[in-house]
Amino acid sequence: MNWEVVIGLETHVELATRTKIFCSCSTEFGGAPNTHVCPVCTGMPGTLPVMNKKVLEYAAKASLALNCTVTQYCKFDRKNYFYPDLPKAYQVSQLYLPIGRNGSVPIKVGSEEKVIRIHELHMEEDAGKLVHDNWIDQTRADYNRCGVPLIEIVTEPDFRSADEVIAYLEKLRSTLEYLGVSDCKMQEGSLRCDVNLSVRPQGSDELGTRTEMKNLNSFKAISRAIAYEARRQEERIELDHKRVIQETRRWDDNKDATYSMRSKENAQDYRYFPEPDIPPMELSDAYLDALRQAMPEMAEAKRARYQAQWGLSARDAELLTSSRAMAAFFEETVAAGASPKQASDWIQGEVLRELKERSLDVKEMIFAPENLAKLIGLVSSGRLNRGSAARVLRGCFEDNADVEDYMCRNGLEQVNDAGLLEETVTAVLAENPQSVADYRAGKKKAVGFLMGQCMKRLKGKGDPRAVSALLNQKLES
Amino acid sequence: MNITTELVDYVSELSRLKLPEEEKASMTAQLEQIIGYMDVLNTLDTSDIEPMSHTFPVKNVVREDEVEVFPNRDGLLAGAPAHDEEAFFVPKTVD
Amino acid sequence: MQELLSYSAVELGRLLRRGELSVREATEAALQVIDGGQSGNNAFITVTAEQALAQAERAQQRLLAGEGVGPLTGVPAAIKDNICTLGVKTTCASKIMGDFLPPYQATVMEKLEQAGAVSLGKLNMDEFAMGSTTETSFYGPTRNPWDLNRVPGGSSGGAAAAVANRECWYALGSDTGGSIRQPASYCGVTGMKPTYGAVSRYGLIAYASSLDQIGSLARTAEDCAAILDVIMGKDRRDGTSLDAPCGGLLAGLNPDLTGKTVGIPVDCFEDGLDPDVRARVLSVADVLKGRGAKVEEFRLPVMQYVVPTYYIIAAAEASSNLSRFDGVKYGWRAQGYEDLTDLYCKTRTEGFGSEVKRRILLGTFVLSSGYYDAFYRKALQVKHVIKSAFDDAFTKYDLILMPVAPTTAPKLGESLSDPLKMYLSDIYTVSVNLAGLPGLSMPCGFDRRGMPVGAQLIGPALGEQAILNAAYAYQQDTDYHKQAPAAAEGGETA
Repeated sequence: MNWEVVIGLETHVELATRTKIFCSCSTEFGGAPNTHVCPVCTGMPGTLPVMNKKVLEYAAKASLALNCTVTQYCKFDRKNYFYPDLPKAYQVSQLYLPIGRNGSVPIKVGSEEKVIRIHELHMEEDAGKLVHDNWIDQTRADYNRCGVPLIEIVTEPDFRSADEVIAYLEKLRSTLEYLGVSDCKMQEGSLRCDVNLSVRPQGSDELGTRTEMKNLNSFKAISRAIAYEARRQEERIELDHKRVIQETRRWDDNKDATYSMRSKENAQDYRYFPEPDIPPMELSDAYLDALRQAMPEMAEAKRARYQAQWGLSARDAELLTSSRAMAAFFEETVAAGASPKQASDWIQGEVLRELKERSLDVKEMIFAPENLAKLIGLVSSGRLNRGSAARVLRGCFEDNADVEDYMCRNGLEQVNDAGLLEETVTAVLAENPQSVADYRAGKKKAVGFLMGQCMKRLKGKGDPRAVSALLNQKLES
Repeated sequence: MNITTELVDYVSELSRLKLPEEEKASMTAQLEQIIGYMDVLNTLDTSDIEPMSHTFPVKNVVREDEVEVFPNRDGLLAGAPAHDEEAFFVPKTVD
Repeated sequence: MQELLSYSAVELGRLLRRGELSVREATEAALQVIDGGQSGNNAFITVTAEQALAQAERAQQRLLAGEGVGPLTGVPAAIKDNICTLGVKTTCASKIMGDFLPPYQATVMEKLEQAGAVSLGKLNMDEFAMGSTTETSFYGPTRNPWDLNRVPGGSSGGAAAAVANRECWYALGSDTGGSIRQPASYCGVTGMKPTYGAVSRYGLIAYASSLDQIGSLARTAEDCAAILDVIMGKDRRDGTSLDAPCGGLLAGLNPDLTGKTVGIPVDCFEDGLDPDVRARVLSVADVLKGRGAKVEEFRLPVMQYVVPTYYIIAAAEASSNLSRFDGVKYGWRAQGYEDLTDLYCKTRTEGFGSEVKRRILLGTFVLSSGYYDAFYRKALQVKHVIKSAFDDAFTKYDLILMPVAPTTAPKLGESLSDPLKMYLSDIYTVSVNLAGLPGLSMPCGFDRRGMPVGAQLIGPALGEQAILNAAYAYQQDTDYHKQAPAAAEGGETA
């Protein structure tokens, strides 16, 4: 039988605010346990939540960017359950009036275009971290993450393949990153994904029984988990003649398999009710209009513009828009006077290489776009040759020292002195009669060696075009 | 409304309470009495009434996104029945 | 010393400012009564004598310097034990709280500090403020100073008893469904629950978040005005606190009620109301008329819905608010548990008393899948109807006068056996919380057994001044508020 996979996603995205959703503790990743905590986020009796302005703004922006209808009168609800990572024993979330509903995300897989429908987008607080300590046989509860703001984006079951899922997540990640509402770092858990998956015979309209997969922390894991789980369900139905059990399954990256999470003995009845401690939020038309006005140009629009306006290739445009910081660096380099083509070449070449060697992200780069533009200018004006320019970039990369100063201080300026060039070429030819003879005997490659000798004498600073022209002229004469 | 022991068991489980048998019986009877009394609300037609979760039209109470460090971390941990200088301790949790 | 104890808080404050008495003298006098009265009425859970004397010293210095001095500077007070006091044991009168030392200070405590208050300690209450008698306390019941065989009311029973017994000049309590007004009524003191949101709840251990409000218990309406002047105001740590003008209630007191209309809801004077209580409360109307007010009767049929609505909402919120008490982060943890779930169940089952467990179960039930709409959602709708009925009434009346409780204080042990009956006795107080309104209870006489009767004045949202004015006027013309139980009058020798 031919099977069709039906997938829906629930994606949790951490918002890039400085403080938690309901208290003023830092959201910084990776502090010592229970250092970013206060009475509010540890659920001390008598404490109360107060909403972070930025969380509301970011959630509203995300809703707009994902084409949701914004709920202009929205509220929080309490989701009640006992677990030691949840110190209040309820999570403040949104059930009845989520901030965004009925959105859509267009995706493209190969040449095929498709729209994924967003069921809802809501705000909530993250839970803490539990780490079992085998030494003392106790689980240690760390509440640093308690109250870190999240948005959960729930899609309709619109995906039919892992490729569509990845395309959606890429799009989501790019959109939220461009909006500036999240870093979307999967390795730090700021983008987490639960996959709801069922299978059905090709052509059927009915949905099969679904399972929910958790612990998917990379795109690769998501692809592999989808492939595994779809096959498992198909085989269960087809070979074992059993029904799929609705359950939560955990993906094990090492074993390349999903396994059933011990179903909780306790019933799942979260007893949601409106959070009495947080007054409702009203998002006025003016507020939303202002957010719309401030909406940045997204990756897709930038790609189109780079190609149309600046004649870049699709591949270059793709790479330059891979993150908001990268696109900004590129655009600022161009704005500072560099030609788009050269800025693109430099960024994709030397700049990326420097970043990679230092394991840095564009966002963390100190080297300024104005400085890169200046460097490109020095090359095109003939004051610096390309080889020396690379040395200058390397030298200035970490502290953003002025490229021109660096060039001068290190004597890297291109030698354009006709007399010196003439003298050098003449001397090199005189010292290497064998090479000259070889050349004249037809071994044209010998010119490369002679060129190298000239540049060596000029300490790499000679204008290669001028040296080459002079060499040729003398050899041919 | 008939409140069964099963219902009381279910609600107890959700509440993480485990009543001893003798207490359970009287609790069931009392809850039945109290919940039965609440039936009086059904004599009021509220089909057109908006549920009111917040009494006053206070809205949009927000704070700036600025970090404040709580100075009494030790005080937060000190009251826990089991803890060290860094974390609260609980029995092993199973996924 | 007897004379010193009989002053109202505002009177004492005046004498302290004039230097006729020292703060230390006042503080020691109160501490002596507490020591003597401890066995008698059990109003305090924790007495902080040392801290009180240190605060007295600081208050005295302020008075001498004349800096940061207000009407209550140096006046000894006591605090209901569900208000978090930094480093001072806070128990909610529950076993599950263990020896909880709050790592932070409640906003009202900060405000008292700023006003130069002296705090004598923490007051007994019904466990987690759930009860109408202060008998559900893990620390044993508080007794009514007017008759030690009777309850002081609840849940702020320790507060009312301490003020009545002259163990402090005023107290902070909390009122979720009458927990200030009803014990004030039973103990013959003046108690005020302000408008929801008028006083910050930050640091008040929540029972029902949408209904809880901190307020005052004292000898007079004037005292209540002075206390509210200190504790009211917008707090950035409480999102539900109101951004309204505050302060000036004491200065604004005006006993002239000319042009004011007082509504009397006849539904509150029918079946189930003790005839002595009825007569005393109605007599208040005559005094108010004498001060220029117009009094009219009206119907308030929503009264029949207020108790079920209140208990659904309060229990639902309580079931969620009390889930955090699980033996992990603070308080008491049961021994001998097998695993995590067992730890939770044992700690909570052994750590909570019966009344608290009953309300947790009730609240969990009304929120559970399949029952939410029929109970919780329905209650929120009826709450809307109740709020609208009060809003309507206040388009016609400046104030509403009604009883606080159907009877005077019952005997110890009479109430707990029949929880529904106990719930029903809250009928006159809970509507005020559901509608978020301010309400005051003041002594208006005694019943045939000599137990105090309270009358309730209710105002529109933020109508504190109007209520206090009427109570102030009433207390100009009567002296019920000045009477003290024999135990307090007779001092230690009684």
